[in-house]
Amino acid sequence: MTVTDDARQRLRSMLLTRRFEERCAELYSASKIRGFLHLSIGQEAVSTGAVRALTADDAIVATYREHGHALARGVPAETLMAEMYGRAEGCCGGRGGSMHLFDASRRFYGGNAIVAAGLPLAVGLAMADQAQGRPNVTACFFGEGAMAEGEFHEAMNLAALWKLPVLFLCENNGYAMGTALARSESETDLCLKASAYEVPAWPVDGMDVEAVEASVAHAALAVREGGGPHFLELRTYRFRAHSMYDPDLYRSKQEIADWKLRDPLITYPQQLEARGMEADDLQVLEREVKAELDAAVEFAEGGTPAPVGELLRHVYAEAS
Amino acid sequence: MTAASKPAAPEATPTTTYREALRAGLRDAMLADDRVFLMGEDVGAYGGSFGVSRGLLKEFGPLRIRDTPLSESGFVGAGIGAAIGGMRPVVEVMTVNFSLLALDQIVNTAATLSHMSNGQFSVPVVIRMTTGAGRQLAAQHSHSLEGWYAHVPGLKVVTPATVEDARGIIPAALADPNPVLIFEHGSLYTDSAVLPADPAPISLTGAATRRSGSDVTLVTFGGSLPRVLEAAEFLSQTGVSAEVLDLRCLRPLDEDAILASVRRTHRAVIVDEAWRSGAFAAEVAARIAERAFYDLDAPVERIGSVEVPIPYAKALEDAALPTVERIVTAALRTVGRHE
Amino acid sequence: MPSLGADMESGVLLEWLVEPGAQVHRGDIVAVVDTDKAEIEIESFEDGTIDDLMEPGARVPVGERIATITVDPTSGSQPDPAPVPAPTPAQPVKSVVPTPTPAPSPPAPVAAAPRVVLPHHERPRVSPLARRAAEARHVDLTHLEGTGYDHAIVLADVERADADSRIPTTEPATSALAGAAAPDGHAATMREATAALMARSKREIPHFSVETTIDLANAMAWLESHNAGRPAAERVLPAALLLAATARAARDVPELNAHFEGGRVKPATAVHVGVAIALRGGGLIAPAILDADRSSVDETMERLRDVATRAKRGVMRASEMTQATITVTNLGDRGADKVLGVIYPPQVAIVGLGAIRDRVTAVDGMIAVRPSVIATVAADHRVTDGHQASRFLAALDHHLQTPELF
Repeated sequence: MTVTDDARQRLRSMLLTRRFEERCAELYSASKIRGFLHLSIGQEAVSTGAVRALTADDAIVATYREHGHALARGVPAETLMAEMYGRAEGCCGGRGGSMHLFDASRRFYGGNAIVAAGLPLAVGLAMADQAQGRPNVTACFFGEGAMAEGEFHEAMNLAALWKLPVLFLCENNGYAMGTALARSESETDLCLKASAYEVPAWPVDGMDVEAVEASVAHAALAVREGGGPHFLELRTYRFRAHSMYDPDLYRSKQEIADWKLRDPLITYPQQLEARGMEADDLQVLEREVKAELDAAVEFAEGGTPAPVGELLRHVYAEAS
Repeated sequence: MTAASKPAAPEATPTTTYREALRAGLRDAMLADDRVFLMGEDVGAYGGSFGVSRGLLKEFGPLRIRDTPLSESGFVGAGIGAAIGGMRPVVEVMTVNFSLLALDQIVNTAATLSHMSNGQFSVPVVIRMTTGAGRQLAAQHSHSLEGWYAHVPGLKVVTPATVEDARGIIPAALADPNPVLIFEHGSLYTDSAVLPADPAPISLTGAATRRSGSDVTLVTFGGSLPRVLEAAEFLSQTGVSAEVLDLRCLRPLDEDAILASVRRTHRAVIVDEAWRSGAFAAEVAARIAERAFYDLDAPVERIGSVEVPIPYAKALEDAALPTVERIVTAALRTVGRHE
Repeated sequence: MPSLGADMESGVLLEWLVEPGAQVHRGDIVAVVDTDKAEIEIESFEDGTIDDLMEPGARVPVGERIATITVDPTSGSQPDPAPVPAPTPAQPVKSVVPTPTPAPSPPAPVAAAPRVVLPHHERPRVSPLARRAAEARHVDLTHLEGTGYDHAIVLADVERADADSRIPTTEPATSALAGAAAPDGHAATMREATAALMARSKREIPHFSVETTIDLANAMAWLESHNAGRPAAERVLPAALLLAATARAARDVPELNAHFEGGRVKPATAVHVGVAIALRGGGLIAPAILDADRSSVDETMERLRDVATRAKRGVMRASEMTQATITVTNLGDRGADKVLGVIYPPQVAIVGLGAIRDRVTAVDGMIAVRPSVIATVAADHRVTDGHQASRFLAALDHHLQTPELF
């Protein structure tokens, strides 16, 4: 059995996300990147697998931990890195930063720094598609912490009530910042919560990129065909702190170590080698990714500081 | 004339209420653009809790006159999402008090998307709500919080105070590519006026001079306008010529109109039903102090509600709200009459 | 409470301009007193520490203590007086105004009262618009009375003051504007005070008068050349020339330049010419131009303008109100040919000047038309007689023939 192009693309996408975020951490330490920086290292199989399963016309609503989703969606690493640098060339002209990455041309409706605030937005995007007869799905990512928010429940109810084409993708990494699921939810079976709204729901191994991709594809098809909203719980884990640095007092080193055994950037290459990928192939991908990120950093370094003279632009829509 | 000619039947002048005017404007907009839809609590089968959308469900069906569950954050956020997805939603939040449950969506999302995406998105959503006191609805249904919203760049905040403005405000708000919040004062719904059959469009922004005068400018908006006009009439009988400026739109604020009037009259009284501390009137007073200081011939006066939760009993509520008498007294103080 | 005029029996303390415990110096303005005729700034005649300030607002009989000034023994030698122990019986204490001697009266209640921090304003209340207008029109805000918000001075007050100040001499007391603008109550009391004073004068003083017509051809010619090339605002009016001449005549005839008090004549040591000014709201005041005999014509003009302007605003300096040694009443601008004045007690003479007109007269045996003025002097027959009065008019005539010598 040979390794397919799809498999190589999955691996490359996850690798790009991992190395991009590692580079961000380094640049943050060097004060090139400021503000809040939330890394998804460990969760790459979710962003890569889920986004790959969507069509280009589907809409994506993500969270403040959304570098991987943006990269998987095809937002160039250059414009993302430039955004991290606060450059005019950034995907939002330096106004959004890490937590607010947008790309209208890719129907990427952004990071959102308010937990659960993206869910009602996704409901509305789906209403627009439904009302205008477009066969699109709105994929809405959120963490399990969002499920304690009222907006989760309001949005689930609205989407189910109105049979809207929303795919709710819960990235359950076990912790809302430092609060473990069991410490914040009386019912820890998240799919059961979603089922209460008559929404089909099932859990997925979020460390398995192919499982994520297959499940999301399956659910998206059901949504697209009029089956109403669906809910997937993508079980994953973040290896690093919530934000750039935290003391990690809320979980054990052993727990982190155990999850690292399931690091998709270790397990997936192993699977592919077992399927016949050449040992060199990973190195080739690493070199490609490195070159891409070197170029992105160089692009960002050489970028134009966001012009203060344009500070007041776009507070309101400009006449087109 | 012949004996057969009968006296002309006293033709009842067709008047329109504020409520009917809003409905007519909404209906016009829905007929003109099928992307326009209304959603909110009890806008459909019930006919709107203030009767604005009565009859529209039958005409436009449940997808365009959409009843929502009691989920203010959910359906306001959905309105924002639908707007960036290409629709032209009109979201009715029953009252300003309930809008606090949607504050996150209005302030954190609607107001920010355009700027933080560097103009990639605009949010053409219209959010309507009832505001104000005066109907014995007690502490939780009598707020005047439009000034809070006017604090936020990215939002537009309008306060139609006349039947004419009510008639034109929804089409004008829908024509604007930004989030527009319409504050309808609950005491205005039954106001009526004679409107032309085919009313001209109105501008969304810009203040209007409702009465010209030369001694003092009474600045107000929304539900306080009728009281202020009454005060101006009273003042004219005491020899004080008051100009009444209806702000109409709190953000963007027509500062030029305020300054032009105050520079002419040299005195200002600002009437705003909100509590005085931190009310929008404070913003107006500050602008006058900043830009028209050397034109002032008296301190700027503010009339607002007494700083208590608005009580139920009529006598208590009346005592808490701005009255014609308080407005008149303040205006007289500015012209040096301490009676 | 200082006596600020012969007719003053009491005054209303309006405002302190110093804080309790402040260091004051001789000549400092410390308070404002309303005498019914005017608001008058009163000054300290001592160096020292002012304290025990009476609370403003009360009507206080003349001579009653309104504050104490503790004279600093090291006054002038050290900028910072040494801390003084609380009871300082050894130190001399003087009343704020040393004369007249305070009448025996019960101890002032304020002496024992707790010290009150007075709500006096560092700046007068003036609206920004009024302040700007005053600056543009050179209107002095200090003594304007406000009619605006909280009695602040507003634009209308400045406009009124400005309109008044455009008339450098007097304004008819019967002006239709009277009362409309001035605070009515104040105007009424001023009218009353004038009435009381004039009645007393007529009752007590045996008036007599003499008159003459003075040829002003030389004076007017001199004035014309003096004013040539000057902008209108800087021209000297005939009134100033007449005033300067009157002052010099008074110096020449000291019997008419005196006070009559307590049955005795006190010749004045200087010539302070009072100028009768009709107030808009009714009533008259006659503030003095001090040492008028030593002022040039230009200086006289300037001071005449100043005093007239301030008189209309209702606040004069105490010295101006009490020190006139002779008064001039000039109704020339109003068209009267001749005026016979009523003496301001305790003065002994008043000079009346009518309109300057071209009159037919004989010059060197020929009929000529010359500008002239009818000058009168009314004097107190108890202390003077026609001889001195005639001498006075002769001196006046003499000085008016030689204005270049002023």
